[in-house]
Amino acid sequence: MKILVCISHVPDTTTKINFTPDNKSLITQGVQFIINPYDEIALTRALELTEKSGGSVTVINVGEATTEPTLRKALAIGAADAVRINAQPREAFFVATQIAEYIKKTPYDLILCGRESIDFNSGTVPSMVAEMLGIPSVAISKTIQVENGKAVIEREIEGGKEVIECALPLIAGCSESVAEPRIPNMRGIMSARTKPLVVVEPVQTETFTKVAGYDKPAPRSSVKLVDAAEPGKLLELLHTEKKVI
Amino acid sequence: MAVLVYTENTEGKFKKSAFEAVTYARAIADALNTSLSAAAIGDASDEELGKLAKYGAKKILKISDAQFKNYSVQGYASAITQAAQKENADVVVMLASFGGRGIAPRLAVKLKAGLAEGAVELPKIVGNFIVRKTAYSGKAFADVEIVSAKKIITLIPNSYKVEEKPETAAIENLSPSINNDDFKMTVKETVRSTSKVSLPDAEIVVSGGRGLKGPENWGMIEQLAEILGAATACSKPVSDAHWRPHSEHVGQTGITIGPNVYIAIGISGAIQHLAGVSSSKVIVVINKDPEAPFFKAADYGIVGDAFDVVPKLIEAAKAFKAGQN
Repeated sequence: MKILVCISHVPDTTTKINFTPDNKSLITQGVQFIINPYDEIALTRALELTEKSGGSVTVINVGEATTEPTLRKALAIGAADAVRINAQPREAFFVATQIAEYIKKTPYDLILCGRESIDFNSGTVPSMVAEMLGIPSVAISKTIQVENGKAVIEREIEGGKEVIECALPLIAGCSESVAEPRIPNMRGIMSARTKPLVVVEPVQTETFTKVAGYDKPAPRSSVKLVDAAEPGKLLELLHTEKKVI
Repeated sequence: MAVLVYTENTEGKFKKSAFEAVTYARAIADALNTSLSAAAIGDASDEELGKLAKYGAKKILKISDAQFKNYSVQGYASAITQAAQKENADVVVMLASFGGRGIAPRLAVKLKAGLAEGAVELPKIVGNFIVRKTAYSGKAFADVEIVSAKKIITLIPNSYKVEEKPETAAIENLSPSINNDDFKMTVKETVRSTSKVSLPDAEIVVSGGRGLKGPENWGMIEQLAEILGAATACSKPVSDAHWRPHSEHVGQTGITIGPNVYIAIGISGAIQHLAGVSSSKVIVVINKDPEAPFFKAADYGIVGDAFDVVPKLIEAAKAFKAGQN
């Protein structure tokens, strides 16, 4: 089974976010970039599936050369090879087009992604790629099993879950419960340096959205403390001051 | 030109969040000086569909062919595309629910529409069309400009207030053309927890952290939640230790919520946790450590041991609820 895992290059989860004075972009100086945590879960699940029943795992990223350390990390975790589409990931439709065009030339049985990236949080690329390829998609998966060319996936629904079955190929977005991420071992780190990392030039495409600006939420006014002996006061405050209960 | 809202139902019933989407879409239609149509897929009765008119839908498209009995992301996306084309809709609105998040990107490709996913307020439509959403997992907002003629917006549940604006709406049947390739996925099983309040649409959330010391102590969290009509949630260390299911984990790598009140008990408030709850309207923190970073992000705080404070809070909540009824 050939599995493709889509990787986003995102600021570390503990990063304090700051924007340039024009509010158009993130200040990346001093920011540590990592594999998007959900993509790391997808990668781990892909490796588990191929270890069980054979096959290979390729990782793909749409990004400029600065994302290569992130791809090398994915190779250290265990992917066999990496593809970088050499373009700034401008917006979801653009990124999805690049990945879909690559898959049209190099088909895969299963494409796994994170359910969303932790920078833009939209989670739209996997389903867009699926639509461009005309194949099924599960945007938010809880567990993924593959047997005899069929995937059995538990997906989140409002207030519960649904188990679906579907023939491959398909695209699934992975949430936290799909796998437990792995820490690369020394052998993985050493071999990552020599594994293939292919750079592909992007295709031309239109874009439908752009970010007009970013800003940060207003800080909350300072905390109002309630005496621990009388927590009932808290309910009064929620009722009278905030009118939320 | 029109605005179309896709309203999701669960076993034929609309939840409050569906009416939020209708109210939101109607406000956009008003601003664009056009009318609002709603599309619903599945078994909702005409009486249930009629409720959509109460919030401003002037026309209701009912898609109830047998193939649509079970959710099929491709089938649903295709049906909504046909509804949008029939209504000549320039703007399509749906909820950023588990279902909507799967459908909207496919719809965007089909309609060649720009998609703004996860809107938290009405778009600004003077000059440009700009939709505000959270980014960097709640640490920031992004203003997304949609530059294409057709636009799709998904709305975060609980971020827009339901408001009635009754219309008389006709219910029309729409029987979309079906492509069998859209129905390759089969639903084997659906599991719904019946009694509990679902976390993403909960107005009040009671959440526990490592400070509760073990899964056996969750009884008081559940009891408090039940009295307040709240959903329960937890921090990452709690779900990692399997004290609570992953589906309850809120935070950067769990789910992001924006309830009216978030009550955090025994949670220190790591930046990754805050990312998942920072859009809550009111945050209450109960922690025995006065230095817990969560107090800096809270509106109300109680410095005290959860094992003393929560039982008292439960008694107070019972009295409060009794007083309300």
